[in-house]
Amino acid sequence: MRQHEDEWTGLMRSAISGDSAAYHRLLKTVTPVLRAAARRGLARAGQPVDQSEDIVQDILLAVHLKRHTWDINAPFAPWLFAIARNKLIDALRRRGRRVFVNIDDFSETMASEPAAETAPASEVAAQLQSLPARQREVLQSIAVDSASIKETAAKFAMSEGAVRVALHRGLAGLIAKLREH
Amino acid sequence: METDQLIRTLAADNAHQARPVGLVLALALLAAAPASVAIFFVGLGVRPDVMTAMRNPFFDLKFAVTLALAIPAIAISLHLSRPEASLNGWRWLLLIPAGLLAAGLSGEMMMPQRLPMMTRLIGNNSWVCLVAIPLMSLPLLAAALIGLRHGAPTRPAVAGAIAGLLSAGLAATLYAAHCADDSPLFVATWYTIATALVAAIGALAGSKVLRF
Repeated sequence: MRQHEDEWTGLMRSAISGDSAAYHRLLKTVTPVLRAAARRGLARAGQPVDQSEDIVQDILLAVHLKRHTWDINAPFAPWLFAIARNKLIDALRRRGRRVFVNIDDFSETMASEPAAETAPASEVAAQLQSLPARQREVLQSIAVDSASIKETAAKFAMSEGAVRVALHRGLAGLIAKLREH
Repeated sequence: METDQLIRTLAADNAHQARPVGLVLALALLAAAPASVAIFFVGLGVRPDVMTAMRNPFFDLKFAVTLALAIPAIAISLHLSRPEASLNGWRWLLLIPAGLLAAGLSGEMMMPQRLPMMTRLIGNNSWVCLVAIPLMSLPLLAAALIGLRHGAPTRPAVAGAIAGLLSAGLAATLYAAHCADDSPLFVATWYTIATALVAAIGALAGSKVLRF
């Protein structure tokens, strides 16, 4: 487990210094851990565990938009679990439960749990529809069509800089809408 | 959107680097400061006998106390802008202004008194103090909350209360230049009530606007 965490910290350091591939790998690696913790939290609150995917996506968005608050000299896991715990509590509260999530929930689930049935996430997709057209198109091009920034720029006759701006604004807009929701 | 698709989108946005919270907080406070300073000069002004007052150690102590509140509160609020932060090990910083005040109180008690205790306690300005400090705090509190919103405080009410202490400390530093009541007894009573009020407003506002 220590080894996992050191690996995460290394990946996040590379990500912050501009390595998008390391960032992609890090997010892929932590997602099953976040999913297991979300399922556990839902189970404890007496909620259907197959609703975990919306929580996972909510956590990933928060990790992304708040990653500048991570201190590159600190281990990554405690920071990640603090964000995840905050989002999980928030999600359970919105479902009408007042619950307290122990931070150990996250470390315990590090040993990967078997994959189980999970309903597809719907909240991010729903909020995507309410974004301004340009931001939505850019996000869909990159997310759904797997296009790169460059390809997306060519497709919409935009500069790469404009695509980056639309992408970031779109993601920030999604977070804001999910919070109001 | 599937989670893998979301992850790909986030990775594509990796190049976007947000400004550090400390920078955003500093810029917001600098932008709000003129509003508080304007309230000070329009509504209060520096006391006329300021040159003589500066030779009174109790006048100077007021600035030491208010800055000893504001500066640690800035440090603590920056610390709390990180999600995994706890108050442990930082709480004691808030005892510095209290310690200074206690030292001032005992110092004053050991000196021969020109004024009776109740006069020193009530002073001439207690209502002005209770109104002016919170009023001058509000622009700074709003700025501090904007700065902290850029962070990821997982205890929004606590972070908001610290933002309240920060702004009250700065506002009280301004107010101290106006106020003719220098007795530590006055400071310990009225400045503290005004500060507690701002901290409560900060906690309430923080619990609303600092969630992320």
